[in-house]
Amino acid sequence: MTGVNAAGFPILSLLTWLPLVGGLFIMTVRGEESVVASNARWAALWTSLIVFAISLVLWAKFDISDPGFQFKESLSWMPEFGVGYRMGVDGISVLFVLLSTALTPICILASWDSITTRVREYMLAFLVLETMMVGMFAAQDFIVFYMFFEGVLIPMFLIIGVWGGPRRVYASFKFFLYTLAGSILMLLALLAIWYRAGTTDLAVLMQTPLPVGMQFWLFLAFFASFAVKVPMWPVHTWLPDAHVEAPTAGSVILAGVLLKMGAYGFFRFSLPMLPQASQQFAPFMFTLGVVAVIYTSLVALAQTDMKKLIAYSSVAHMGVVIIGIFTFNAQGLQGALFQMLSHGVVSAALFLCVGVVYDRIHTRDIARYGGLAQRMPAYAIVFMLFTMASVGLPGTAGFVGEFLVLVGAFKVSLYLAYLGSFGMILGAAYMLYLYRRVIFGVITRDDLRGILDLSPREVAVFAPLILLTLWMGIYPSSFTQFFDATVHAMVESHTAALAAPKLAGIAP
Amino acid sequence: MLYAVAVFAPLLGALTAGLFGPYIGDKASQAVTILLMVVAAICGTLSFLPFLDGEGLPGTVSLGTWMQVEGFHVEWALRYDTLSAVMVAMVTFIATLIHIYSVGYMSHDATIPRFFGYLSLFTFAMLMLVTADNLVQLFFGWEGVGLASYLLIGYWYDRPSACRAAMKAFIVNRVGDLFFAVGIALVFLLFGSVEFPEIFARVHEHVGDSYHVLGGTWHALEVIGVLLFLGAAGKSAQLGLHTWLPDAMEGPTPVSALIHAATMVTAGVFLMARMSPILEYAPHALGFIAFMGASTCLFAATIGCVQNDIKRIIAYSTCSQLGYMFIAAGVGAYQASIFHLFTHAFFKALLFLGAGSVIHAMSDEQDIRHMGGIWRKIPVTYAVMWVGSLALAGIPIFAGYYSKDAILEAAFARGNAVGFYGFLCGTVAAFLTAFYSWRLLILTFHGTSRATPEKLAHVHESPAVMLGPLVVLALGAVAAGFAFEGSFIGEGWLEFWRGSIVNAADNTVMHDMHHIPGIIGLLPTLVGLLGIALAYVMYVARPELPGRVAAAVPRVYDFVLNKWYFDELYDFIFVRPAVWLARTLWQVGDARMIDGIPNGIAALTTDSSAQVVRIQTGSIAVYAFTMLIGLVLLVSIFLLFR
Repeated sequence: MTGVNAAGFPILSLLTWLPLVGGLFIMTVRGEESVVASNARWAALWTSLIVFAISLVLWAKFDISDPGFQFKESLSWMPEFGVGYRMGVDGISVLFVLLSTALTPICILASWDSITTRVREYMLAFLVLETMMVGMFAAQDFIVFYMFFEGVLIPMFLIIGVWGGPRRVYASFKFFLYTLAGSILMLLALLAIWYRAGTTDLAVLMQTPLPVGMQFWLFLAFFASFAVKVPMWPVHTWLPDAHVEAPTAGSVILAGVLLKMGAYGFFRFSLPMLPQASQQFAPFMFTLGVVAVIYTSLVALAQTDMKKLIAYSSVAHMGVVIIGIFTFNAQGLQGALFQMLSHGVVSAALFLCVGVVYDRIHTRDIARYGGLAQRMPAYAIVFMLFTMASVGLPGTAGFVGEFLVLVGAFKVSLYLAYLGSFGMILGAAYMLYLYRRVIFGVITRDDLRGILDLSPREVAVFAPLILLTLWMGIYPSSFTQFFDATVHAMVESHTAALAAPKLAGIAP
Repeated sequence: MLYAVAVFAPLLGALTAGLFGPYIGDKASQAVTILLMVVAAICGTLSFLPFLDGEGLPGTVSLGTWMQVEGFHVEWALRYDTLSAVMVAMVTFIATLIHIYSVGYMSHDATIPRFFGYLSLFTFAMLMLVTADNLVQLFFGWEGVGLASYLLIGYWYDRPSACRAAMKAFIVNRVGDLFFAVGIALVFLLFGSVEFPEIFARVHEHVGDSYHVLGGTWHALEVIGVLLFLGAAGKSAQLGLHTWLPDAMEGPTPVSALIHAATMVTAGVFLMARMSPILEYAPHALGFIAFMGASTCLFAATIGCVQNDIKRIIAYSTCSQLGYMFIAAGVGAYQASIFHLFTHAFFKALLFLGAGSVIHAMSDEQDIRHMGGIWRKIPVTYAVMWVGSLALAGIPIFAGYYSKDAILEAAFARGNAVGFYGFLCGTVAAFLTAFYSWRLLILTFHGTSRATPEKLAHVHESPAVMLGPLVVLALGAVAAGFAFEGSFIGEGWLEFWRGSIVNAADNTVMHDMHHIPGIIGLLPTLVGLLGIALAYVMYVARPELPGRVAAAVPRVYDFVLNKWYFDELYDFIFVRPAVWLARTLWQVGDARMIDGIPNGIAALTTDSSAQVVRIQTGSIAVYAFTMLIGLVLLVSIFLLFR
């Protein structure tokens, strides 16, 4: 352990491993089925709340003027290979750690009543998942990152495969195989980089220039892995299936955090380590981003399943993120980061909205609903707020990211900005169409006549998300200030890297 | 300070009614929202008065930072100048009257707090729009208005038609908004800022800048002008993006009054005036704006002549009047366009609320073919409808006369082709306006009644809470013209506007409009009187004429009756292809093609697993060979890295 970080204790390791400790504790619980379930729920909730409380230290102590890694920890692990257990967060990752720690208790609370079988294992899976997510965002070593990155798959695979819907096995295998297939190429790329640099320390790797020809292939390898995770068109089809079969909380964490892993990968690896290749591939990425926005928005329009619709909308929103990343300017990059955060909150909330009615009526078929506004006015308001946030109404979280990306994309081309923002129109179409069919109209079915409005527990689940959505929309500077310095440094080093080979006259 | 109160009081009202309405009850919700609206109206008027005396000091009320990303800086701030103050005073005043009127009109509604919450939210969004000190905050109000209108048009959400109209309004608006957003991005790219003071101060530096788009090189300011106009066209229902406005009639009548008079549709006109410092340097964009305005003006007037729904007729008249305002903006007489916006707010709110009173009296009948002969039973409503129609038709001493004449004079005085086109369309539209207004008055109130006996027996004058606002608005529709003409467009205009609207040095239209041939100035009034005469002939003297005209030119009649088939056209070229594409992409693109490959591989693997068994021969040589292939692949990849 080297030095003492700003928190005064190894906070990132604590955040990473504490959920696992909570999980181990849950495993030791014995007794009657109902007692075990209840204890497991409370233990998981308290663990995740404590982890969240500790993570707030990051918020308070993070130095926003420092573009580099902070709260660093380092233990030697395999020194002969240059591999170490290195942790640290910079402006790009710190808020995603917080997003993960904030969403986990919400997920646990959301599964309170809806999960009734194997509760102990379910809670354990969620805590393991939290460990993996936090570790992934906090890792500052390539090998450590890779382990967490792949490790996330396991609990998620189980959550879908064990507690999912009728086609859960198909969905979970599809999810697993798609995301794993890409990862193998990433491992190969990783080996190649390690072979050249002799270390896996990210901070060092970011400073190590790679030959342009090699960058080309590495970019493709990373792309294979990250594009599936984002997911980008045309490797997005695992997502709707996974969402549809996953339990509500599984969808929440999948949309809220796991979908950010791909884009985070582009931020963490592709952009800083492969600047020339990133530049070279930018038009290609723009094309895929625009196709994602328009194609998946249209597909969302045709959906009859609530979760599938929102899943497709996620693909479209992540298309905007991809466009933002490859503009390589401050507005685009910050917009992409903000869009990732806001999508993490808003899409999570939308899946929770679906969960509310699913818990009551046990169907996600849009046609089965209608007229809920009569019986569930509070739910109608909450759903409207998140619908509008998803549509990108100014004053909500959704607007800021989308608009910043628009501004950033405009610096590249008017057409890119126009087409990339086409989700403004199509998004309004599919979300309002969904809202109209579910909330508006008259109640025609008997089981809907007795449907109850939000319970206090559900209000507690939504309240923090509502607060965040408005806060991020009205005063986004609280969040953008975290990544300001890091993004600024990224843009500068990117520009410098592009200029360098031209000066040296090295042909690729 | 007063100014900030005027803007945020409606928000407080909206939140109180919206969140606590069910707990505090209908009466309390109404009381709170109306009280706060009255406060807002008082503060708004007090903020406006200094400018009327020429003593107002422009300034800004800063509220904090919104966005701050590397030079992209957006503030929350309220801009206080003549243009904003006029709008704030007008919006709060009209909205207050509409709130009060709604107490009577919505008295039988089941969710009164929700309605008043929405109304106040609508007002707040519009106030944020008109007081914005930068383009992005303006966009906030712009979208907020869109949301509130969506909620209010779809207020009766159990009606499928209302839900459809609400969605249509939001989505059509969004088409325009996308252009607006892209326009904001271009402004930022050019000026490095979206704050008004900074942009306006540096327009002259960018006059020569060019921008490359659509295969040509254009003046950047022209591109901005066109993009902003396309945004404005969505909100202000200009030709092409107007289709949502008539359908918006699905909302309760007070909502229509709010949308058409004070909030929403006037936003586009306001944007043109606000951006006058840029538009003045974009002559081609201005020409385009005037052309579109003139076309809308005439187009909507033709449709207004044949509609049978009382609210639809008035809706098309709004569309047409907005056309006038864009003509004025397009010829550089922004002051005249804001003046018309101002007077129009009074008489259009009056007409809608009056129509609401008629509908209320007629037990929710809206078709003027089923009305008639009721003027003695509802004399106050009848009288105010006359006042509103006189103002709309631009008959002297009524409000519309001053502002509409000013626009036509300015269009004529501009002296270019598009100005003349505007003048021509505007004059013909003035004739049609008078015609359809009196057609409406005669068919609604006069002749023998065509209503069912039960409905006729029920006809009754509205309660005082509805008539009060009507009378106040009627006074405005009479007086707003001559009382404010001097300040807005008369001799005092320079001191009044104080640079909040900019006219370029070579734009002397504000001066020239007062020096045109006398006959040109008289023409609008003359054609207006002619229109009234024609309506009299067709619906009183020779009532069989309209049917014969329609029968004589059935194609023309159907074309106009069906609103020039815009809805059908859009359905055919946008909606259907989108729906078809959505299904195809999903079921063919995603399910068969994209999923087809991995699923196919999976199937292939299953099918060939029998073969695979055979490959597992146990022979070390085969294994070694396979490993070799793998190694070759790996090495070649590594070689390619170099």
